[in-house]
Amino acid sequence: MSVLAGTLATAATTTLQINFGAVGYGLAAIGPGIGIGLVFGHAIEAMARQPEATGRITLYMWIGFSLTEILALLGLVVPFIFHAS
Amino acid sequence: MIADVRVDAAAGCHIFSGCGFPAPGLQNFYFKPLFTVGSFAFTKPMLVAVLCTVIVIAFFGVAFWKPKVVPRGVQNVAEIGILFVRDQILRPALGRKGDSYLPLLVSLFFYILVMNLMELIPVIQFPAMSKIGFVVTPVVIIYVLYIYLGFKNQGAWGYIRNMWPSGVPFFILPILIPIELLRFFIIQPFTLGIRLFANMFAGHLLLAIFMVATWYLASLTIGLLFAAGSAVMVLFVFLLELLVDFLQAFIFTTLTAVYLSSSLEAAH
Repeated sequence: MSVLAGTLATAATTTLQINFGAVGYGLAAIGPGIGIGLVFGHAIEAMARQPEATGRITLYMWIGFSLTEILALLGLVVPFIFHAS
Repeated sequence: MIADVRVDAAAGCHIFSGCGFPAPGLQNFYFKPLFTVGSFAFTKPMLVAVLCTVIVIAFFGVAFWKPKVVPRGVQNVAEIGILFVRDQILRPALGRKGDSYLPLLVSLFFYILVMNLMELIPVIQFPAMSKIGFVVTPVVIIYVLYIYLGFKNQGAWGYIRNMWPSGVPFFILPILIPIELLRFFIIQPFTLGIRLFANMFAGHLLLAIFMVATWYLASLTIGLLFAAGSAVMVLFVFLLELLVDFLQAFIFTTLTAVYLSSSLEAAH
């Protein structure tokens, strides 16, 4: 029993060596990925419906893109904070 | 912190030679000072920033030293650049009356573009914007400018009043007003700077990882095959970064124009 516990303890310490920060950033990038797809998809849809409004739509598309993108970029900090030492 | 992985890599650190992958990290962003004046250390990013400023000034100086009605040579290129900023960035956000802000936006766009492109140019290969201090300067200029313009054009009370969200139930106001104030005075400038910084930081790291990996894997083993794959990735990332550099300069300038327009006239 104590042998098993010891093995588990070693296993636990070795597992914790994984760079969880990188995994966390991978997960955090899913949302902005979907979001950026939606922003551009809908912008293209809107431009196809009303080609004469392309200028204004493009402007708002870039604003929306930048707001979504910043979420992914803020997550970039995570691997540097929670890195396996 | 100053320990340079590239030195390890250059010292014959290859795969199967008993040394681990010298992964690039934060240490790639710290440089030994080129020279010091007292406690002031002049480093490579500063050199890059000065170089970029000189390049932008020299380019427009040469282009418009003796402007001609029928443009020739460099003046053509510069005019295309200025017209791009005017028609794609300034006009959609500020309209025709915002043309007096064209010099600011043009210099901002080209300064950031050249600073970003420095990450791809051999020998230099460092985007100074990946040190956050270099990003803070343009952000502070824009922040001060748009708050000043807001107070000047709408009056101190009118400016605050326009941030007051209208048409919402009164019990939501205590939540909404702090959010609006926070958005305007903290989140807008913060995200404006962080976006540029983080993009350049990630871009430099990405390039460095594939370049170091190519060198590390290159040995007369199966590693040579992986090194070839890594070299292809370097090319791919290079092209991606070319796009990102341009896009970030564009977005930074676009958002500046949008913030200025929100200061010049009340939000509807």
